[in-house]
Amino acid sequence: MLNLNHLKFAKTHEWISPDGKIGISEHAQKEITDVVFVDIPSIGKSLAKEEEAGSIESVKAAFPIYAPCSGKVIAVNENVAKDPSMVNQSPYENGWFFQLEIKDANELQNLMTHDQYQEFLKTEVPSH
Amino acid sequence: MNPQEPLIFELSVRDRRALEFPACDEQSPEIEQLIPAKFLRKKLPCLPEVSEFDIVRHFTRLSQLNFSADTNFYPLGSCTMKYNPKINEKTSSLAGFTDAHPYQDESHLEGTLELLWNLEKMLCELTGMDAFSLHPAAGAQGELTGLLVAKKYFKTLGENRTKVLVPDSAHGTNPASGKIAGYSIKSVPSNKRGRIDIDALKNVLDKNVALVMVTCPNTLGLFEDQILEISKLAHEVGALLYMDGANFNALVGLAEPAKLGFDIMHLNLHKTFSVPHGGGGPGAGPVGVIQKLSKFLPTPRILKEKDKFKIMLESESAIGQVRAFFGNTGALVRAYTYIVSLGHDGLKDVSENAILNANYLLSQLKDLFPPFVPETCMHESVLSGSRYAKDGIKTLDIVKRLLDYGFYAPTIYFPLIVPEAMMIEPTETESKKSMEDFVSALKTIAQEMKDNPQTLKEGPFTTPVRRLDEVLAARNPILKWKQ
Repeated sequence: MLNLNHLKFAKTHEWISPDGKIGISEHAQKEITDVVFVDIPSIGKSLAKEEEAGSIESVKAAFPIYAPCSGKVIAVNENVAKDPSMVNQSPYENGWFFQLEIKDANELQNLMTHDQYQEFLKTEVPSH
Repeated sequence: MNPQEPLIFELSVRDRRALEFPACDEQSPEIEQLIPAKFLRKKLPCLPEVSEFDIVRHFTRLSQLNFSADTNFYPLGSCTMKYNPKINEKTSSLAGFTDAHPYQDESHLEGTLELLWNLEKMLCELTGMDAFSLHPAAGAQGELTGLLVAKKYFKTLGENRTKVLVPDSAHGTNPASGKIAGYSIKSVPSNKRGRIDIDALKNVLDKNVALVMVTCPNTLGLFEDQILEISKLAHEVGALLYMDGANFNALVGLAEPAKLGFDIMHLNLHKTFSVPHGGGGPGAGPVGVIQKLSKFLPTPRILKEKDKFKIMLESESAIGQVRAFFGNTGALVRAYTYIVSLGHDGLKDVSENAILNANYLLSQLKDLFPPFVPETCMHESVLSGSRYAKDGIKTLDIVKRLLDYGFYAPTIYFPLIVPEAMMIEPTETESKKSMEDFVSALKTIAQEMKDNPQTLKEGPFTTPVRRLDEVLAARNPILKWKQ
């Protein structure tokens, strides 16, 4: 498993590793429930920060995957497209979606650390 | 009744027939002489070989496994299935409608054309729109048609707008239709009151926005009470305001969308105007527009010249054709019948009773399942089962158990912004007694959660099939029978 302390998290529940791999958080996979389909971008595609990069479908609904920062797609996880259950079983390792060549490392500054993300989750749950 | 009814293919016995044709006493040419070789099958089609009696028994047994609005209560009525008056079936099966052929000369179709033309006018009257197209075959196709009308309008103005705004409580079809129409989608968050957050809307509203899509009442069953402000803001930047009219059954006779500032809208006749649905249609999702957009509506259009009805096949300004002929005419005849048999006042009663019933159920259930927004609702309310999820009982478990008590399961986990959501819409046709039976079933289930939570995890027990593996079905769908 990737070291959670090295990951950065977006408010939209994606994580990004220092080498640009992107997936969704443990909390998100739980909320989404069993993932049945993952749509990932193709290699070479340029994405802007917060641009919709792909989508993820569960028996509940479909959810967009947003790019946590700008960059070009340099690798995709073919295995997760073939077996979407990996997102549930291993969100921080085998369940990654694609890898970005990070364009501007400064963009990662605004993202949350794992600890900050855990705090954020407490505020996000609707109070009523 | 055997819940494990085999597939019709599994009942097949070689050379068994329902009907045997007498031998042909005419000399007929070989099939190869009639049809070019490349179109001929190499293998016989794989069809079940059964007797007439096998067929009758098989399908009768299957029909007895059905759950229907004619037998039981659906707690998300108009979305799933609700009672549709039987007179609709009588009128829509009149031979003049069922035997009409779309390629018949228009002078032979006067009756059908007059009915469709009148239906357009009635929908205009109820919504305040200036023109309607009856063609779209479903709500989502209505959305796409409306978006294409907007696109052509902006093209005519020489503007290239790229964005469509959609609230985060919207039906999933809104962003999907926007995308298919070639727009990029921006989601607008809801506020604590479940309405569009006006400040967030202002942040994303600019001259690149073509359309703001609003469902009214929204999917939380709440009236968008800032709609006039939203309309003003959208129109100030030149955008059009679109109404997803899926929930118009709460507004008929009470409010006209055109007066609320909407420029384009679709109606789901299979929700609001008593056309049957479920199982994939056929539905009808007519699109209405204000005057300046009417010339863009799809063709063909019905014109009235003196007392005669004519078909206009094409027009330069129209977006083109979205559906063969005049849409699902059978569905349109049903909607017409419903409107004519109830009249304006009757339709208003329908909306008022739908609202009254929804609020009665809300008042009875709110202590067990608190509503997402603690307010009076319109035709439906969205409750949350999150207090039970903490103890490991999901809303999914609760509604599966409802099946054992003879109720259909309501829609759950939508809108996405409500945790452990459960949507409740009794519709106008349910009696106080049937709603109270439903409340009492949910109260019994709440007691079971305390006394015997395992029951909740394992239910339903009494249905022909129990918990289906929906994850396996979605991941590995087998849609075709293979030998």
